[in-house]
Amino acid sequence: MVSTIRTPHPREKRIIFKNIDRPGWTNDIGCYLHDGGYEELKKAFTMKPGQIVNEVKLSGLRGRGGAGFPCGVKWGFIRPGGTKPVYLICNADESEPGTFKDRYIIHQDPHQLIEGMIISCYAVNAQLAYIYIRGEFPEGAKILERALAEAKEHGFLGKNILGSGFDLEIYVFRGAGAYICGEETGLIESMEGKRPYPRIKPPYFPAALGLYLCPTIVNNVETLCNVKHIVRIGGAEYAKMGKPNNTGTRLLCVSGDVQKPGYYEFEVGAITIGELINDICGGMKPGRTLKAVIPGGSSAKVMSAKDRYKLKTKQPDGTMAETEMGLEDIPIDFDSLAAAGSMAGSGGVIVMDDSRDMVWALNNINEFYAHESCGQCTPCREGSLWMKKITGRMLHGGGVEQDTDTLKSVADNIAGRTICAFGEACAWPTQSFVAKFRDEFMGTAHKKGNGNGSTNS
Amino acid sequence: MEIPAELEARIDQEITHFPISKRSAALPLLHLIQEHFGYLEDEAIEWIAQKLGLQPINILELVTFYPMLRREPAGKHHIRVCRTLSCAMAGSYELLDTFCKHARIDRQHNGHGAHSLKSEDGKYSIEFVECLASCGFGPVCMIDDDFYESVTQEEVPQLLEKYQ
Repeated sequence: MVSTIRTPHPREKRIIFKNIDRPGWTNDIGCYLHDGGYEELKKAFTMKPGQIVNEVKLSGLRGRGGAGFPCGVKWGFIRPGGTKPVYLICNADESEPGTFKDRYIIHQDPHQLIEGMIISCYAVNAQLAYIYIRGEFPEGAKILERALAEAKEHGFLGKNILGSGFDLEIYVFRGAGAYICGEETGLIESMEGKRPYPRIKPPYFPAALGLYLCPTIVNNVETLCNVKHIVRIGGAEYAKMGKPNNTGTRLLCVSGDVQKPGYYEFEVGAITIGELINDICGGMKPGRTLKAVIPGGSSAKVMSAKDRYKLKTKQPDGTMAETEMGLEDIPIDFDSLAAAGSMAGSGGVIVMDDSRDMVWALNNINEFYAHESCGQCTPCREGSLWMKKITGRMLHGGGVEQDTDTLKSVADNIAGRTICAFGEACAWPTQSFVAKFRDEFMGTAHKKGNGNGSTNS
Repeated sequence: MEIPAELEARIDQEITHFPISKRSAALPLLHLIQEHFGYLEDEAIEWIAQKLGLQPINILELVTFYPMLRREPAGKHHIRVCRTLSCAMAGSYELLDTFCKHARIDRQHNGHGAHSLKSEDGKYSIEFVECLASCGFGPVCMIDDDFYESVTQEEVPQLLEKYQ
């Protein structure tokens, strides 16, 4: 077991992760206050809630959970002066394979999250908030509970916080091992004591109908932490970090076949995939070459190192022009990765080298989605299982030549036909792996198949 | 099934976190009861339902849905090994095998993905779980509530030694 102290790379810009692995840093409120903690909360109370919403809109902050939706716009859906109570839920159900950032905020800097949450609650006038933390973070739940008690002792929670007249309680809610609870309407159903079956859309946002059918804001841990910093420097200043429409910093979690995997924080779009792998993560393992990257958690479409990607980029004279580039030249930001046919998603970058069998990799991913499908919609419940069975038999003997096309056909019939985005999340890996590595899939079906399509390996 | 006064006080406290709907306390109560008794027997399910003014099926349907809730006791120490891609690339399948070998868990007739397997003496149970969110430092595992990163097969005997 390796040491858990990790030194930041000189090219990083640490804002959210400023205190992670910081020498002498502890996760108690004393340390946080000594470092100027809760000053932004005091500043927030000098502002009107609407002003804070405007600053967040100005900042361009986009959600860090996966979908990248503008946070200020989401908050703007809450109409001030409504008659129903408003709730805020922090989505700390971090479960997307490849993603491991919220864990460190929760364990090492819980008060940053809590301060961000209190400010956010004040902005949207939520007087009751919850942190939905995944069940597999038992220590994290205890740390948050202790931190919330500390915050309450110091008057940052409870009635009439710091004399502002604003009341707020925050409680911890533990999940129990179901990935689907990361989907915000599934999360809300889970919090209502039901099976976490995602809700039918519309309404598209819980801001319209959320917890107990009241307006509810659900934000990711990293997103809520950003709010504190937006209040500190102002939305306009925050928007200067990163690139237009891709502002601020981003936590990137790198795993797989690189020399130095780990978590890093950069201005959005400041580095390319190649720089991340070669300069920050020490390059590929000795004698190995890059084969594929999954850039935003396992749901993001896989990208092949062999392909060329066409992206619109800004030229020195300000005009936009289409540029063709290799995988390693693509900047890591929301828009560039979307233009390249994948997504920045949750910031989980999984790197695979030339030793990796793509059928094996997809089968692993398919097992995950088959296990995690909530079972509410038939295409996803059945399709995710079929995809797993097909890649499984291709690997273990029993594959047939048509398997590659069958996989694509099953995936194509899931995406767009389900209540929630899990349908896309489980279809995109199969669609992209098969499209990008078709020869390998065909080869595996041929080589290992016994031609009878049996799943009894 | 006897609910000790101290536990019931914690349960009552938990219910206050949900002023709008007691039903929201269903999952928190299941956690509290499972932590105390180790698993959820029928009586526990009925007790929670009654406590929250619900039908037992409202509780049972949660127990059968959530992977972390169990209807029978786990081993004295419960091991969770992450199965998902980054950990698998770092050797989690081999790690699971090594744990099974040293914990004397026979998975001869159970494939990977079998829900939970126990050693004959009941000391250990093991489970292959989905992503534990520490993908850069795989393979990772949990033993009871403790979390371990970059676990090598060589470390398994000394790790198990800590959990007697």
